[in-house]
Amino acid sequence: MRNSFRAGALVALALVAAPALSASLNERLAPCLACHGEKGTSVMPEVPSLGGQPAPYMLVQLFAFREKQRLADPMNDLAQELTNDDLMVISEALAKLPPPVVSGKGADAAKIEKGRVAAQKHRCGFCHNPDMSGHDQIGRIAGQREDYLLKALREYKSGKRAGFDPAMLEVVRDMSDEDFVNVAHLLAHWN
Amino acid sequence: MPLYLTNPAPGQIGGCQNNPSVVPSGKPGEDGMSSIRKCAVFVCAALWTSTVLGQQTPVGGPPQNQAATKLGPIVGSPIPVSADKLPVAKLKVPAGFKVEVYASGVANARSLAVSDKGTVFVGSRLVGAVHAIRIKDGKTEVKPLVSGLQRPNGVAFHKGTLYIAEISRISRIDNVEDKLGTAPKPTVINEQFPKDEQHGWKFIGIGPDEKLYVPVGAPGNVLVPDYKTHAHIRRMNLDGSGMEIIAEGQRNSVGFDWNPVTKEMYFTDNGRDWVSEDGPEDELNRVRANGKKHFGFPYCHQGNFRDPEFGWGMNCADYEPPVALLGGHGASLGMRFYTGSMFPAEYKDAAFIVRHGSWNRTNKIGGDILLAKFNPDGTVKSLEPFLTGFLQDNTYVGRPVDVAQLADGSLLLSDDFNGAVYRISYAK
Ligand code: HEC
Ligand code: HEC
Repeated sequence: MRNSFRAGALVALALVAAPALSASLNERLAPCLACHGEKGTSVMPEVPSLGGQPAPYMLVQLFAFREKQRLADPMNDLAQELTNDDLMVISEALAKLPPPVVSGKGADAAKIEKGRVAAQKHRCGFCHNPDMSGHDQIGRIAGQREDYLLKALREYKSGKRAGFDPAMLEVVRDMSDEDFVNVAHLLAHWN
Repeated sequence: MPLYLTNPAPGQIGGCQNNPSVVPSGKPGEDGMSSIRKCAVFVCAALWTSTVLGQQTPVGGPPQNQAATKLGPIVGSPIPVSADKLPVAKLKVPAGFKVEVYASGVANARSLAVSDKGTVFVGSRLVGAVHAIRIKDGKTEVKPLVSGLQRPNGVAFHKGTLYIAEISRISRIDNVEDKLGTAPKPTVINEQFPKDEQHGWKFIGIGPDEKLYVPVGAPGNVLVPDYKTHAHIRRMNLDGSGMEIIAEGQRNSVGFDWNPVTKEMYFTDNGRDWVSEDGPEDELNRVRANGKKHFGFPYCHQGNFRDPEFGWGMNCADYEPPVALLGGHGASLGMRFYTGSMFPAEYKDAAFIVRHGSWNRTNKIGGDILLAKFNPDGTVKSLEPFLTGFLQDNTYVGRPVDVAQLADGSLLLSDDFNGAVYRISYAK
């Protein structure tokens, strides 16, 4: 999988880093969406869906990739050449993608219920909105890929991802890995 | 309730913790404060207690209703807003004062330090850079001085040297003004600090004793910290040696200064989250030579409110009480005493206290500067709003962080939400 990222990243890098004045925004976004999903829903393992993400959230994450405050292949390389204006234009454009499509496949009712209890206890909805749609710099987590959610939560816990704001570090402090598994399952099957 | 402020912004709910209040300097109830004031303080404490007890959720949980949504921390953009979009026209100050843009393009402007020659150094929390602002031939020049640092929130200037505080280390750049534009490498003088991100960004300042003061926050909202490593204020020599703890039981102080009359250190401290909409309130504290050295966290908040979780069996009288309460969740950050001569005489030796603005309440408060006036014994005489307007219809148009005085007596104010520094001046 790493390799597929790298191959994809090389192509993307070539396209994104050469912002010929004539290149339309859609052309520049095409390589991004080849990984992230053209209609806002990602089908690639551990690549997040970007549909429905608030623009300010994507802006701060792209900024953090560029400044190497958030370390993640292949985004650090991809963000390297983006100017501040690029970050604003790209995040505004991506924010227009429709929210990810949730499939009911593989939903485990018991896990979802446990996830709901954990989400309630740890107040996810108070920051991410009751419908988990996110706002401002707080990302959308409803309908996100399960594998990516799990990766993100584990990275907050291990300290690999500090976050633009440390709010998530406080949230995961008292959560177990089982909580992560259940909450990720709940959010991935959100409806 | 004479000592409460009039609501600084429209749209706020009624109730006591909306506004800062003055509290006695000694033990509550023992210094002859007016019964009105006493009542106000305790009524509020009682209100929270009942809120907490009335909840179905575990103590400290937020209310289970729609109103409690949108509580998340909003940090603004890492990209500064252009000068023409800054909210200066919305800012309100007393008659005779004027607010103007001093510098735009100062990404995520946090703590301020002014050199003798007038160079302004600005720390940041989110963009890893310390910026330098200079006025050259009448033109404002904003340049990054150093970048790639880990949350360099704290800056202090003393005798030609700039001190910078990152999350877990303090460094210095000597003769810094000769090195502007050369990307100087800061020399680390002390890295004996915890690496926690939470409350890890630091304010720093140099005291009248020529020592560098550095607070270490509690590594989370509410917990019993190891006071040897966290939740305290340290000081050290200017070369990083001789570090010692001078006060403990502070949760997260991001601003302090020394009273020019009494020479005592005063610091702001941010109250815990998730107890209630209204509080506990942020504190203005004073480090007294003969005072208690523990300020109460996490057992006793705001001098009279025992933590619903950790306060059982604890006695608030065992801890140094605050000298003023600054509102619930308002995020009181930078504070400086005014020693200049531009402002009217009543401002002399008063303190400006900046409230960044709340996130852990639905009806936001803060986004303003408060003015605290003091009695000769160092207790607080009055507290009132000085600058308001960053909060409009429960939405931030800016988030003020720190104030600093220029040589001419005017006051600079940083705004990390817009990446700007404003100047407040006075003319009759
Ligand atoms: C080769 C595949 C690939 C390409 C091409 C790619 N990305 Fe990504 N992107 C990823 C992965 C993988 C992550 C998650 C990184 C992690 O695990 O933290 C990610 C994360 C992100 C995020 C953060 C999402 C979140 O929920 O936090 C944003 C925003 C983003 N990418 C935007 C872009 C943009 C804009 C482009 C085009 C310039 C792009 N990506 C191109 C794979 C890709
Ligand atoms: C106090 C506010 C707060 C609470 C409560 C909260 N979050 Fe977050 N969350 C944030 C913020 C702020 C971010 C963005 C941090 C960053 O920059 O990485 C975030 C980011 C995330 C991300 C990363 C999103 C992405 O696309 O990469 C996930 C996953 C997440 N939160 C899940 C949760 C879950 C699950 C809960 C409840 C168990 C929760 N959050 C509770 C504030 C909060």
